[in-house]
Formats: sequence, C-alpha cells, structure tokens
Amino acid sequence: MIRFLKYTWFQVGSFGLLLALVPLVVTNRYYLNVMIFIGIHTLLVVGLNLLMGYAGQISLGHAAFFGLGAYTSGVLTATYKLSPWPAMVIAVVLTVAVALLVGVPALKLTGYYLAMATLGFGIIVYICFKELVWLTGGPSGLVGIPKLSIGTVVLDEPRTYYYLVWAITLGAIVLSLNIVDSRVGRALRAIHDSEPAARASGIYTARLKIWVFVVSAIYASVAGSLYAHFITFISPSSFDFMFSIKLVTMVVVGGMASIWGAVFGAATLTVLPEVLAVFHDFDIVIFGLILMVVMIFMPQGLTRGALDLWEKYRLQRDVAGGSLSGG
Amino acid sequence: MNKGKVGRIQILTMLLLAITLAWSGCAQKEEPKAPYKIGGIFAITGRASFLGEPERNSMELLAEQINAQGGVNGHPIELVIYDTEGDATKAVLNVNKLIEKDNVLAIVGPSLSGTTLAVVPIVEKAQVPLISCAASVKITTPVKKWVFKTPQTDVMAVAKIYEYMQGQGIKKIAILSVGNAFGASGREQLLQQAPDYGYEIVADEKFGPKDTDMTPQLTKIRSLNPGAIICWGTNPGPAVVAKNMRQLGIEIPLYQSHGVASKKFIQLAGEAADGVILPTGKILVAGALPDTDPQKPTLLKYIADYEAKYNIAVSGFGGYAWDGLEILAQALEKAGADRAKIREEIEKITGHVGVSGIFRFSPQDHNGLNKEEAFVMVKIVNGDWQVVQ
Amino acid sequence: MDLSSQILQYVISGITNGAIYAVIALGFTIIYNSTEVINFAQGEFVMLGGMAVIALDGNGHLPLGFSFLLAVLAVTLVGIALERFTIRPAKSSNPIALIIITVGASIFLRGLAMMFWGKDSLGLRAFTGSSPIHFGGATLIPQSLWVLGVTVVVMAALQFFYKHTITGKAMRACAFNRRAAGLVGIGVNRMVMVSFALSAAIGAAAGIVIVPITLCGYDVGIMLGLKGFCAAVLGGLGSSPGSILGGFLLGVLEALGAGLISSGFKDAIAFFVLLLVLFLRPSGLLGSKEVKRF
Repeated sequence: MIRFLKYTWFQVGSFGLLLALVPLVVTNRYYLNVMIFIGIHTLLVVGLNLLMGYAGQISLGHAAFFGLGAYTSGVLTATYKLSPWPAMVIAVVLTVAVALLVGVPALKLTGYYLAMATLGFGIIVYICFKELVWLTGGPSGLVGIPKLSIGTVVLDEPRTYYYLVWAITLGAIVLSLNIVDSRVGRALRAIHDSEPAARASGIYTARLKIWVFVVSAIYASVAGSLYAHFITFISPSSFDFMFSIKLVTMVVVGGMASIWGAVFGAATLTVLPEVLAVFHDFDIVIFGLILMVVMIFMPQGLTRGALDLWEKYRLQRDVAGGSLSGG
Repeated sequence: MNKGKVGRIQILTMLLLAITLAWSGCAQKEEPKAPYKIGGIFAITGRASFLGEPERNSMELLAEQINAQGGVNGHPIELVIYDTEGDATKAVLNVNKLIEKDNVLAIVGPSLSGTTLAVVPIVEKAQVPLISCAASVKITTPVKKWVFKTPQTDVMAVAKIYEYMQGQGIKKIAILSVGNAFGASGREQLLQQAPDYGYEIVADEKFGPKDTDMTPQLTKIRSLNPGAIICWGTNPGPAVVAKNMRQLGIEIPLYQSHGVASKKFIQLAGEAADGVILPTGKILVAGALPDTDPQKPTLLKYIADYEAKYNIAVSGFGGYAWDGLEILAQALEKAGADRAKIREEIEKITGHVGVSGIFRFSPQDHNGLNKEEAFVMVKIVNGDWQVVQ
Repeated sequence: MDLSSQILQYVISGITNGAIYAVIALGFTIIYNSTEVINFAQGEFVMLGGMAVIALDGNGHLPLGFSFLLAVLAVTLVGIALERFTIRPAKSSNPIALIIITVGASIFLRGLAMMFWGKDSLGLRAFTGSSPIHFGGATLIPQSLWVLGVTVVVMAALQFFYKHTITGKAMRACAFNRRAAGLVGIGVNRMVMVSFALSAAIGAAAGIVIVPITLCGYDVGIMLGLKGFCAAVLGGLGSSPGSILGGFLLGVLEALGAGLISSGFKDAIAFFVLLLVLFLRPSGLLGSKEVKRF
C-alpha cells in the first residue's frame, strides 16, 4: 500500500516536473495555447471521470457546469466589475447549488434515464445562456472579460496562464487520486459494481453519488472560469450539447476509472483535431474513423489498450525468447 | 524474396531521383522576393460554412490572380487558411497559430461576429491587422486600432429596410429572428431602430438555427395582425418561414435580411420565395445595375471569375474576403512587410471600389461603407431578383 | 383569429413533427432492444435518407416512389455495414464503448455526406402538390398527410413484423433475454444486424418524407437524433408504444410551448417537462421498471 502510494506520488511529481519544464522548451504561443486548452479539458475530464469511471453515473450535461462557471465569472467581472477571484468562488457556490438542485432528483435515475435527464438539463442551461440576453449577452456572446491576475501581476501571457491552469489542474488530479484511494473511493467503486450490494454493506449510496456529482461540477465550474478569463469572450455555442458529448468521449477514449486516462483522453482529443486540420474538409471523416477504430480495438480506452498491447508484446517476446533457448 | 528486394531498391532509387529532380526544379525557378504571408480564418465547415466556404474560395481566387500578375511589388502572396468551424475556441487557437507559428503579416476573417469578437483581444495585443468578414456593428464600434471589417453592418441593413417600409404605409411589425449571433444582432437593431421610424413591434419571436417548422410562431404572429413580418436569419430557417407562411395563408409582406441573399434561398423556398423583399449588396443584381454605377465592372468581373473557377453560383458572402484581401494587397504595396505600416495604410484607403461597396476608411471608421452605396432593396419576382425603390 | 383555432394549428404542427420524432424514437428502440445500446448515429440515417432521395430525384428521371425505395434500400445497407464493420468486431459487452463507436460513426457519416453533397441545405418537391388544406380554421399541407401516413404504415408494418414473422418473434425473444434466446437457437448476432437494418430503413423513410417540408442538409441528423432519443426516453426505453407516445407528446409540447409561452424557450420547455416526467416516473411513461446499467 505504502509502496503504491509512493509510486503514485512519484508519478504525480514527475508529471508536474515535466509540465513545469515545457514552457522552457516550448516558447511558441500557439503550442502553449494548445497546452492551456489541454489543461482546461483535463480538469473537466478528471472530474467527469470521477463520476463516470468511479461512481458509474453518466452525465451528458457537463457542458452546463462548465458554462455556469464561465458565465458567472464572465458576467460578474465584465458587467458588474467584480474582481475575478471572488467571482470564481461565487461561480463555484452557484454551481454547487445548481448541481444539488438537479443532482438530488436526477441521481435517483439510472443508466440512460440519467443520461437523458442530464442531457435535458444541459440543453435547458444552454438555452438560458442564449435567451437571457440582458444578463449573458445572448447568442452574440459576452465581451470584455478581464484577464486574471495574481496580486499586481496580470496573467496575460500564455506562459504565465499555462502555469496557473496546470497548477490548478495538477491540484485537482492530486485531490482526485486521494479521493479514489480513500474510503470514499472504495465506496464509489462498490456503487459502480453493484449499487444494492453497496447499500447492503452500509454505504449511503444516494448521498455519495450526489457528493461526487457536486465535486465533478465544481471541477467543471473552475475550468469554466479559467476558460472565460483566458479567451476573454464567451458565447453559448461553446457550451452546447456537442461539447458534453465531447467530454464523455474524452473520458471513454482515455479510459474510464483511470485518472491518468483522463489526462490522456483530454490531451488526445484536444490535439487530434488540430493535427487533422491539414486534411481540411476531410478532417471530420478521419476524426470519426479514428474514434471508431480506437473504440473497436481498445474498448477500455487508450491507456488500458496501450498497456494491453505492451503486455502482449512482452509475452510474445518472452515466448519467442523461450522457444529460441529451447531450440 | 530476392526479386522483392530489387523492386524495393528500384522504387527507392526512383523516389530519390524524383525528390532530387523536384528539388533542383525548385532551386532553378528563382524566387527573387520572399512571399507575403497572409492568414485567412473562416468557418469553412460547421453551421456557418455557407459563409466560410465562399470566403475561402474568393480569397484563394484573388491570391492566384495577384500572383499571376507578378504579386505585390514582385512579392507573391502566400495564403495560410484555417477553419474555425464557427467555434470561438478554435478561432482563438487558429489566430494564435497564424500569428505565432505561421508568422503572417495580416489576417482576413473570421466569418462570424462571435468568433471575431473572440480573437479581437489577441490581434490587438499582438498588433496584427485583422480584416473581419462578420456583420456585427460591435466589431468596429468603438474603433479598435488593429481591427477592420468589410461587410455591411446590420445597422445599415435594418435602416435600409425601415426606410423602404416607410413608403409602404406599414405601422405594426412582427420580428422573427434566428437564435444565433447573426439573428440576435439583427433583432437588437430592429428593436432599437423601430421607434426612430415610428414602428410598433407587436411580436418578437425566435426560431432555432436547425428548426424545421415555424408554423407555431407564425400562427401567433398572424393573431396579432402586423403589417409586415421581418425575418432575420440564414438558410435554411428563412426558407422554411417563407414556406410556412404560404401554408398558413399569411398574405402580408415578408422581409428578409441580407443573410439569405443568394440563389440558394430561392431554390430552397421555391415559389414561396416570390414576393419576399430584402436588402442585399449590389452583387445579386450586378447585371441590372446602370452602367454609371462605379461598382458594376468590379462586380461583373468577380462573378465571372468566381463562377468560372468554382462552377457554382456566386453568393454575396465570398466578396467579404475578396475585399479584405484586395484592401490588404493595396496596403501591402505601399507598406511592405510591416504590420504597423500595413495598418496605417489601410486607414488611408479611401474610395476603393470593392464587391460589398465603396470603402472609405479613416481612423474613425474601420468599416468604411455607407448604407446608400452598400445596399439595394430587391424583391423576388418569378424566382429572380428585381430592384425596388 | 380566435384562440381555439390557433391552438388547433399548434396541435396540427406538433403532430406532424411528433410523427417524425416517433419514427426516429422507434429506430432507437429497435436497436436498444437487441443491443442495449443507444445508437447515436440514428439521426444520421434520417439525414442520409433525405440526402439520398434528393440526389436520386435530382439526377435521374426516376419516379419519386422508385427513388424513395432506392434511398431506403441504400440507407439500410449503410445500417448493415455499420453493424457489420463496427458493432460486431467490437465484440464488446461494454455499452459505453459501443455508444462512443456510434458517436464516431455519426461524425464519420456526417463528414461523408458533407463531402458528397456539400454544405448547403437542399430541398425536394412535395410528393403531391403544395396548396394548403383548410381544416377547422387551421391549415396543413398535403405533405403533412404523407408524413402521418408513412408513420402509420411504418408502425403497422413493425407491429406485423414483431407479432407475425419468425424473425420478428426471434427479435422480441432477444429483447427479453439475449442469452436465453441464444440457448434456444436464435442467432443473436443476426438479430442485431436485422435490428440495425430495420432501424436504418425506418429512419431513412422518415428522412425522405420530411424533406419537402423541412429541407435537408448534411448536419440535420444531430438535432433530429437528439429529439428522437428524447422521445424514446420520454415514452420509456424499449417500449414501442412508448416511443410513439413520446414522439407525439414531444412534438405537441414544442409547438404549444412555442405558440403559447415563448418561441425562444420552446426547447427548454419541452425538456423541462421531460425532466419532470422522469423525476415522477423514473423509467419513462410506458417503460418497464427494470433499468439497464452501464
């Protein structure tokens, strides 16, 4: 156990170190921007993975929490001139309230019914972003969101913002690893395997599910605030149903029930469209094709799939080696 | 086995030979002057591809023509064009890519108001001239140092419709707008300018960009007895509105925005398009313009070239990017490869005859168009455009 | 115009749209019953049907009925190919992986349609004239009758298939219990393929019959698929009568919401009612109590 923990901290530590070194090598702002979006997506996906991979509850409306964070931050800072950090806290509080309001009745549902309920919730929130023009600016979007600053230092360079986003995301990863490795985490996996069995062994399943739902909504809200202050302009179309689907895809492609899978999934699906851009109009065909092929051959996601391939290769090598020495 | 190996070596040799030949070919064709790199960023796929695709086509067409004539002061123009899919995140990423990775001198696009507003802070900070192809008046009001735009604003389009309607004795108006940035911006102007002309807005209805049935909205509008309906949207919604009005037997005039100003709308709405009145750039009626119109030769040439190259009917939208690149080329000619000078030169352009109008830029006006020249009112009669006064 | 004839008009509009939602929801139900998977490419079948018939009608001088059949056949083949080349090789019992495969398939098909037919919306002539029919103060176009007619035919044919053919009965057996069905000698894999074929066929039929009213573009499938999924869940997943009820209910709700409350919020109103229904009846209106898990 202790060895496992140490190993985990070693992983986090080296990942953090790697991230810290990236801007020293990569100075091109475009690549840094891509890395920032990967960070924001990772934050979202790590949260959603807690809900989907560990608690086994699906959400097709996570773009709504992302949007709530972005719009609360955006409206409070751009329209009401509040300073960004308190606005971000208010956004989290508001998101928690909404998550509870929706989560309490919705999480009584299971499977596709839960999927539909969260999807419906997501669409309602999206329509509110579009229609409450006096508040959100409507489909034209909300302009003039300030950049974040720490003390007197304005984080308007991609490099500084990169460090902020990844510091927060890394914190979220550490927190998630702790949750997963705690009593709560084991209880969650019990719910995933069998909810009645979990209940029978004394786990407050309903409360726990709502708890995870709220935690993942908080991750999404913070990600939303970071997004809003980074691109300084938000419009409803960034928070639509397709974005929720994209997030679920990131979770599944990376590998459910694996925090590092979440990081991997977010990175892959953020970078892939950028790479495929060279194919111009063919890019979405190729994207769809890749998505299908990956899920057909690696239904457990890329991380697990890659590990499996490695195992297979090692086995074959050993077998080959064995037969040689035998012959 | 052996045979296979030889084959592979032969292929390799041929490949190397080909590469060497291509290399030397490149080296022989001397390029005395470095190309001017211009970025383009349009919604080529996704919900606004009807804008982005002709914009990309037009820009490529013009670059080809400029290069065929020896480029700008001998420098060929090299285009780098990316697709935003109409998405703000993608637009931000791609503009950064254009500035940081491709190191372009200036950018034409994006296609949409939302994506333009998203990238404005970036170009302002990086000090790169941007010529937007989006409609919203907010892009150039207030004036931003590095941002210009070529399309007519929705302020002008609304004013043009309202002026025309004054002669028709209409007092009560119903608005039906699409739920995207184009519709929202038009709706805002319609509501804002109505009191100036003494109109009363009796209905303010909306429809979704992908909605396929507007009879509920129209039924409600009919019960309120307006004198005209103004629909503000982009295809296919407005075509469905026209068809639904026929179905419900609503006889009052239907006004549309310049967002549907292409043959496509007539094709989609079929006979229901007859009688629809809309403001449009002169491009749709280029052939019918009087010979004294200064834009006529420009328009006819653009239409002929575009249709010859792409073999599809021209729309009013590609012209935004055409004008954008033409203005840039003019500025480049005087400024050379210097972003700040290019910006200054654009501001000095007055009287450039473009597709969307005659541009008179100034430090106070980064759009440079006025509504009298930029728009004409047309009515669809028997499946064709007819200018109305 | 008085309120009652206004409401009649809303209901008529709602029923026309609802009929389409119902047929799409049926498509979801068929595949769900044989695989427990929600096929996110269902909307793409509808789009392909519409695009195919426009292409056939525009190119040749075929009679419309022939184009109709040919388009349905073509999309059915797409459905079979989808099953054969993606769902079956996946061999996965993990529904979420299969769902993402269908998401990938929908993106792929949408991209192909865009390459073949371009990005513009296209239209089609009405099957039989377009002069509106007046009906108690409200109006409807002949094409709406075609929509309703095709819906009824699809439903009746499906009912007959399930009740009176051996394949249909086998499919019902699979829906009840796949393993048991396999044990009594039913080829479960074949049934899955049949379900994809059927689902694609009726999706295409829905797509074809609405084109003259709604126009068609490469990207209409997303919204239609979403509404169909919503209708299927509203009615209760796995239940055919539920899908039909859910479809009509959703259509009418949208129209009434748009007309009487707010056209901007009409989708929000429909989804709000859906949430209420789910909170009160966690497995839809006519769904079974037993629920599937991921």
